[in-house]
Amino acid sequence: MDRRKFIKSMAVGAAATAVPLNQSDASFFDTFFQKYYREMTKEEKEEVVQRLEAEYKAKYGKDIKVGTEEHIPGVLFGYALDLSRCIGCRRCVYACVTENNQSRNPQIHYIQVLRFRRGTSEGEHWIAGASGVSNLEESVKYYDPPLVPQEEHFYMPVQCQQCENPPCVKACPTQATYKTRDGIVVVDYNWCIGCRYCMAACPYDARKLNWAEPYIPKEQINPVTHYLGNRPRMKGCVEKCFFCIQRVRAKERRYPACVEICPVGARKFGNLLDPSSEIRYIMAHERVFRLKEELNTSPKFFYFFSI
Amino acid sequence: MYIKRKAIGIFFVSVLLLAISGGQFYINAEEGRQGGHGNDAGHKEPPVRSAEKLSEHPLPEITTPKPPFSEGIFPCTSCHAGLEPNAQRRELGFHTDIVLVHSTKQRWCLDCHDAQDRDMLRLANGEHVPFTKSYMLCGQCHGPTFNEWKAGVHGKRTGSWEGKKEYRLCVHCHNPHSPRYKPLKPSPMPARPQDINKVLDTVGVTIENQTIYIPVYKK
Repeated sequence: MDRRKFIKSMAVGAAATAVPLNQSDASFFDTFFQKYYREMTKEEKEEVVQRLEAEYKAKYGKDIKVGTEEHIPGVLFGYALDLSRCIGCRRCVYACVTENNQSRNPQIHYIQVLRFRRGTSEGEHWIAGASGVSNLEESVKYYDPPLVPQEEHFYMPVQCQQCENPPCVKACPTQATYKTRDGIVVVDYNWCIGCRYCMAACPYDARKLNWAEPYIPKEQINPVTHYLGNRPRMKGCVEKCFFCIQRVRAKERRYPACVEICPVGARKFGNLLDPSSEIRYIMAHERVFRLKEELNTSPKFFYFFSI
Repeated sequence: MYIKRKAIGIFFVSVLLLAISGGQFYINAEEGRQGGHGNDAGHKEPPVRSAEKLSEHPLPEITTPKPPFSEGIFPCTSCHAGLEPNAQRRELGFHTDIVLVHSTKQRWCLDCHDAQDRDMLRLANGEHVPFTKSYMLCGQCHGPTFNEWKAGVHGKRTGSWEGKKEYRLCVHCHNPHSPRYKPLKPSPMPARPQDINKVLDTVGVTIENQTIYIPVYKK
């Protein structure tokens, strides 16, 4: 008997008194004693997936597929966003919520669209007077005009920048969040303890905590999921953009949902290691910058101005 | 040990990035040299503009959705077959919905629509192109944009990041008679921190066959 099994049997013994009745099924213990995803063998992953699928079936009354696709060799994902084209319509925000099963109430959004005023007029301006520092703090997230784009404004959607040197990964005490070999920073939700150190470490405000039990109407659940991606989450875990891992690693090699919905085609996605990809064309031909470059987080999310 | 490994990692990544960017320039230079039929050494041909290089540098495999015709408008010959072409600039009796805001002074219907083959478009050199290849017509004036469109930078593409992609025609986003991109109604803003109890529900909205769920707030 190894240590893990010993503790497990001890816990089962204590369970009759310690555990509330509604959680005292086998699934509860398996969840509690689940291993770290990165250390699981194929069989163990299969077991976990089966358990999760049964849980989700009971909760949402639907067959929800939990994928465990590995990284694709020779691929490093990169993203580019054309600030000259973005019109601030927020369709990407809700395409992401829909695709990735984010909680509708309380709201969790991976993408925040910021509005800036052109030039250096008072408030929400891009360059802060003489200091020359980009002033993200004065941008506006809660704009609601009848039509976008508005005159004299531009828009900047911000989401997880998939840093090559991610501060959230350094801050995580349990290594629940880590960088995969195709460059996507993921979260093993079952390993996350909800300490929010990563949220404090992230300079892009990309990470969100499930403060309450996430609520998604049953008919709105996206049944195609990935263990490290859009499977339904639980209260107390941190989540963030993962480049639609269930789409981009799928056999069809689909684009992320935000790329597909963008009405102006401002969002570009591809393999940074493939010289013929559009992302590489953009890096070679357009004026590209990375957000808060001075922090040395080295994002794989590039902003550019095509005009 | 950990820091040392990290440093090696950073060094490796920077070398890799250097190699990537270097490689890109090399490839572009190669393309540039091949551009003007460089294999015939003695004979020097005039430089070829990128739009004309299409046959050697074919468009990437392009599939586009159907051109966005107004209801019941195509084929044009269903009405125009019996009508005499009239190149005169005039108040139109039909097609009153069309407002020409696209170099209006230099252009009239038959500069882009073919007078003989009414179901086709007409390039500046008199060639015909079908409506499904209208980008050839747009690319005559908007060369740099056309190039960026081919490379996948300008405009929207869907499909697969590694494989078949579906392009949109220029006219899917830009009305050819009035090409400026039209403003849209934005989706609702996220709940402000003081309004998180005002989220009522989420409702489905279908845009281009994709359903997205947007929130509804209490008034």
